[in-house]
Amino acid sequence: MELTNFLSFSFLISALRVSVPLVFAAQAGLLSERSGVVQIALEGFMLVGAFSGAVFGFHFNSALVGFLFAFLFGSAFSLLFSLFTIKFKSDQIVIGTAFNLLIAGLIPFISKYLYNSTGSTPSLPMEVRFIFEPLIFSVVMVILVHFGLTRWRSGYWIQFAGEHPETLLSAGVSVDKVRWVSLFLCGGIASLGGASLSLFLSSNYSPLMTGGRGFIALSAVILGKWKPVPTYLACLLFGALDALQIRLQGVEVLGSKIPVQWIQILPYLLTIIILAGLFGKSRAPTFLGKK
Amino acid sequence: MKSSLGFLIGLTCALLLTLIVGENPFHVFGIIIKSSFGSSYDLGLTLFYTTSLIFTGLSVSIAFKGGLFNIGAEGQLSMAALGMVIFANTFPHIPEPFSYLCIFIVGSSVGILWGIVPGLLKAFRESHEVIVTMMMNFIAAGITSYFIVNVIPNPQSQNPESIVIGNSYRFNQYDFVNKFFPDSPANVFLLLAILSAFTLHFFYKKTALGYELQMAGENNLASERAGISSKKMMILAMAMAGLFASGSGMNEVLGFSGQYKMGFSPEFGFIGIAVALMSNNNPLGIILSAFLMGSLHKGSSDLDFETNTITRDFSKILQAMIILGVGFQYFLNKKFFRRHDGTN
Repeated sequence: MELTNFLSFSFLISALRVSVPLVFAAQAGLLSERSGVVQIALEGFMLVGAFSGAVFGFHFNSALVGFLFAFLFGSAFSLLFSLFTIKFKSDQIVIGTAFNLLIAGLIPFISKYLYNSTGSTPSLPMEVRFIFEPLIFSVVMVILVHFGLTRWRSGYWIQFAGEHPETLLSAGVSVDKVRWVSLFLCGGIASLGGASLSLFLSSNYSPLMTGGRGFIALSAVILGKWKPVPTYLACLLFGALDALQIRLQGVEVLGSKIPVQWIQILPYLLTIIILAGLFGKSRAPTFLGKK
Repeated sequence: MKSSLGFLIGLTCALLLTLIVGENPFHVFGIIIKSSFGSSYDLGLTLFYTTSLIFTGLSVSIAFKGGLFNIGAEGQLSMAALGMVIFANTFPHIPEPFSYLCIFIVGSSVGILWGIVPGLLKAFRESHEVIVTMMMNFIAAGITSYFIVNVIPNPQSQNPESIVIGNSYRFNQYDFVNKFFPDSPANVFLLLAILSAFTLHFFYKKTALGYELQMAGENNLASERAGISSKKMMILAMAMAGLFASGSGMNEVLGFSGQYKMGFSPEFGFIGIAVALMSNNNPLGIILSAFLMGSLHKGSSDLDFETNTITRDFSKILQAMIILGVGFQYFLNKKFFRRHDGTN
């Protein structure tokens, strides 16, 4: 197989497709982190979305309804997350880890009750599944987040909550309220990312189907220096790596097979290199993780 | 323990969840207790998990004490385990007393190396250690799966597991702990884990270095003024975190299975966070909280057979709820048992 085959139109399309869940999750993570809350529960929120999207999408026989419910459940979970991180002032990283664990345990628990199995949910019929819609939604989401943060007053509030909360305070705006709203949106949008896995890229929920995408999305936020458009580009890059990895399975390049694992670890390796400042300093919001 | 109330709140909430699916919470709790302490085999398995959790709990907690967050114990323990298997595979003929020493050094140095990287990056490049350790977990998962599947797979098995290391590397002929728990994986590393906890306790209380490490973690500006290099302390804390995490890998490879089985760790690194949190980073408390978490983990494994609607995944809910419960208790403590300082 020639290397040029990878740069074909169909490769670009598949790269775009597989990057959709990442785009949603990364914009979600960005909203949370810009408001000053470290977000490592993206993986959990995505799982919530993937599962609830598949369950309700199947139940109502509509992918769009599934999408809607994914948003609702994701944001409900993030309200719980806000309760612990903002109200109780628990450590954001500890609570994030706990949420990832909790959701990884709750889904098989509920799935066993609903379907008497901890495996996959029933498949959506072909004609109900999304064909391309989440691709459009995700791009719209990036545009919204970009203009929201740079043009809207509430977007400035989010930025100030992460950079100079005391300024926001002196303007008479509650930092906590701004964070509640950002986290509410974060949970919902990240869940849309999960739901596009189960309603768009496949037709049902299968166990742990996010496969670390929540963490890759977080890497994309860092690679994109906490800015919406560069973060989107980073998602496309990671999407392309993912698509490449699928195509490379079993393919010989220069006489030997490239192990899938080497390509799988690339986004993570890249993130560490970025964080080490080898491509110039990327600066996190000043108040990130502080209470 | 300070956080016992949080533990109880979390446990109760998790058990109440079972009402939703129509189980009796007392019955479920009974199964968990019976399945973790019911027989000497069950207890042995509980102690085996306890051993691994003491190590990862110590690993998370020493980073905490140094002002850092190590969520990379998972990667550190799996790289250490992989390192030992590769070493034993490459040098199968080292004579006996030296073989133990060699493999012990290999395991702990791989753990230290994997742990020290985020410490160095944090100290010299100000990279956030949480993200770096998280990314290194995924890199470790990729590397181990590559070696286990493509380089050193077990020829006798279809499962994703490595070759079995030679008997000259395994501690079982000297293992007197295992004699008490026939056929169970409990092994002599339990004693090493407890010893490590006591050593760390001694390190904090009686050595200058231990004091400096805690001081740097508490307030690195003040400690810099006092002449303590906070960079050095960060690196030291992460190196020791890696060292402790490697004990968890040794427990599996040298103490029990003699090979790297993919998924041998049910995320010990992450449960270690709960263990450290529950004990409030007290090394001796970690022994107890690791035992609690270990028994809940073992106890949940029988829920598959004993109930109709609950599976072993329930242990994740238990662990998460306990972490949340402890978080809630810290909030209660702050709100009711401390003077308001006007920051809220």
